[in-house]
Amino acid sequence: MDNSMKKRWISLYVENQVGVLSKISGLFSGKSYNLDSLTVGTTEDPTISRMTIATVSDDETFEQIKKQLNRMIEVIKVIDFTDIFVRMKEILYVKVFNCTPEAKVEVFQIAETFKAKVIDYGRDSVLVEFVQTATKNDAVVKLMKEEFKSIEVVRGGSVGIESISMMER
Amino acid sequence: MIPALLGNGIGCRGILVPAECREISLNLGGNTDDTFALSIQMLRAFFLQEVLKKKEAGKLRKITGNKLLVRALKEEGVDTIFGYPGACTIDISDELYKQDDIRVILPRHEQALVHEADAYARTTGKVGVCLVTSGPGATNLVTGLATANYDSVPLVCFTGQVAKHLIGNDAFQEVDIVGITRSITKYGVTVRSREDLGRIIKEAFYIARTGRPGPVLIDLPKDVMGELGSPDYPDSVNIRGYKPNTSVHMGQLKRALKMLKKAKKPLFLAGGGVNIARANKLFTEVVNKTNVPVVTTIMGRGAVPTDHPLFIGNLGMHGQYAANMAVGECDLLFSIGTRFNDRITGKLHAFAPNAQIVHIDIDTASISRNIHVHVPIVADALEAVTKMNEYVESCETEEWLKRILAWKAEHPLTMKNYTHMTPMDIIEEMNRQFDDAIITTDVGQHQMFVTQYAEITEKKQLVTSGGLGTMGYGFPAAIGAKLGSPDKTVISISGDGGMQMNIQEFATAVLEELPLILCVFNNEYLGMVRQWQKLFYGKRYGMTNMRAGALYRRTNGEQMPEYTPDFVKLAESYGGKGLRVTKKEEIAAAFEEAKKNTKVPTLIEFILDPEDLVYPMIQPGGTLEQMIMDC
Repeated sequence: MDNSMKKRWISLYVENQVGVLSKISGLFSGKSYNLDSLTVGTTEDPTISRMTIATVSDDETFEQIKKQLNRMIEVIKVIDFTDIFVRMKEILYVKVFNCTPEAKVEVFQIAETFKAKVIDYGRDSVLVEFVQTATKNDAVVKLMKEEFKSIEVVRGGSVGIESISMMER
Repeated sequence: MIPALLGNGIGCRGILVPAECREISLNLGGNTDDTFALSIQMLRAFFLQEVLKKKEAGKLRKITGNKLLVRALKEEGVDTIFGYPGACTIDISDELYKQDDIRVILPRHEQALVHEADAYARTTGKVGVCLVTSGPGATNLVTGLATANYDSVPLVCFTGQVAKHLIGNDAFQEVDIVGITRSITKYGVTVRSREDLGRIIKEAFYIARTGRPGPVLIDLPKDVMGELGSPDYPDSVNIRGYKPNTSVHMGQLKRALKMLKKAKKPLFLAGGGVNIARANKLFTEVVNKTNVPVVTTIMGRGAVPTDHPLFIGNLGMHGQYAANMAVGECDLLFSIGTRFNDRITGKLHAFAPNAQIVHIDIDTASISRNIHVHVPIVADALEAVTKMNEYVESCETEEWLKRILAWKAEHPLTMKNYTHMTPMDIIEEMNRQFDDAIITTDVGQHQMFVTQYAEITEKKQLVTSGGLGTMGYGFPAAIGAKLGSPDKTVISISGDGGMQMNIQEFATAVLEELPLILCVFNNEYLGMVRQWQKLFYGKRYGMTNMRAGALYRRTNGEQMPEYTPDFVKLAESYGGKGLRVTKKEEIAAAFEEAKKNTKVPTLIEFILDPEDLVYPMIQPGGTLEQMIMDC
């Protein structure tokens, strides 16, 4: 058993019913499990939703989280994403305010470097959309906070799916 | 409107309209203008014709949700439900009134109501069924649901709910009970469409009784229940997210049995799971075949008869000395149906330090949660024990048993031989007089005394709130147990504190003519907390003196009023019998007297000394071997 705290991901198939999200999030708060991010949306089958959950925990707690999720009636399947090949991305919007012309140039450079899109543009503000891993988004947020005086950030939380052939995250 | 016109079953001119016709009229929706022109007789003839047509076509008529609920209960074989009425469930009460197959018990408080259903379920093995109204009726369930959840008791609780269009409006008697109880039920759901009702009830009973049993809550909005819909109640269940384990991994089990055979100091640890699965008899056979000694949790008491030579005692906080020592020294702990709760493990890192641990449990989440398990086996206890019984062999345990006997001799479980009456005296007398009984307890010192001294032999059962530790559980539990097993003697043992938490149930017990024996261990204190105060808090008895109040404060603790209530008078005021016992010599006669009352409950108040404490006791935060034996 590894007792160090690590970031882990779980993908959940759940019944698309009222109260299920509350039940899952209630499990994390009620049992004091860390919940880093949680995303949810319906699947190709409208009666099933799929969640991607990120949590920081040690091995023992993580095992317990999976078991607790598994025993819920509304949970159809639990997949541990920690050690399998998955495609996982998070959407991040960063709006930069009060941009000087120089700052705007820098925003564009950052966007180009990170393969992000500048999707909106005003007299003194710019809106950039990043679609990349949550870790890279962390780095972007940190960088932009340092570079610009006033920014606004919205993050979507990671969504993930098992890879078909690619062996990278 | 036709429904309004025919609403009370009497059409105009006093012509009786059969119930069937009324419902069909509801189905048809009624065309007001035309139908008004028709005479009632014509209507009646028309409707009767419709009924015949439908019957011919082999189609069953539509029924309300309320009717379907009652039908579903019958299909599930429910013979008793515990209910308290209210605005949102009045239609269900009405449907229940119209039938005789299901007995409806009316307790005096919803908390007691759940405990009654809970004990009914624990003692009969059936699913306990509750029906309460919305709002406060529903919130009063909370403690009882948590109690049932921790002790894995199958319950289906129906709660009324305001009509769908009012949900979220902070309507009168509206609460989000599914939300409130989400973490203390196995499953909870609001029925949002009439067509889902049958399926949801079917699933609820299935979920409640299978796997690790537990309480299920179904919230019933009033309008959905009034709606007409299919009368069909499904006969099968398919829940894609819930497939309880029904088999045993034989490879793992054989590995565990091999370890059992090899071990020098093997020990069985039986938890409540053995009792819930009703695996006691088979487990006793396994114990006999292997010659391996047994310790139990308090929920597991009775897994082997307590007079069995290989039974050592309970382990844990107030476990028997020999049992706790055996856990500390065993080299294989073979556990079945326990979740290694903190009250049995003591300091976690020092629990069974020399042992390999085998753990059989129906709930995967209970395995390797508190302690690290070497051989995990997910299985129902009965299934596992059945297989064990096929494969076990005799083990060499003679030396080990000698060691255990030595511990037993060193510190036998006993109380000092006082001249005054002690709980041990009472429970031992109870052991002598009753060999076919259900014993229920409340929570506290008396509960620990019962779990230490009460003999739970083959025909006996202990019913106690082990997980949640709910005061006020014992008395209603006795009512539920007696309703389920009218031929058994049912004895409840409570403290003077817990007895007052559901004392109103005296009315239920008297009205249902239940000859319960209600023992109240009155030491004028909330004894278990007082015990901690005496041992660890410098004898500062804050909040535990049941006679303290204004007079006590005014006189700086010099004076206190008489004990309130007078339990004997209280019993009599409800129409029960009351006895007070103050001396050892009176115990036997009191029980004899109680046996004579075959139609009413008898309350026996035992006046006890608050200085008598429960020993042994593990130091808070200590290991199992660090026991306080007496002081």
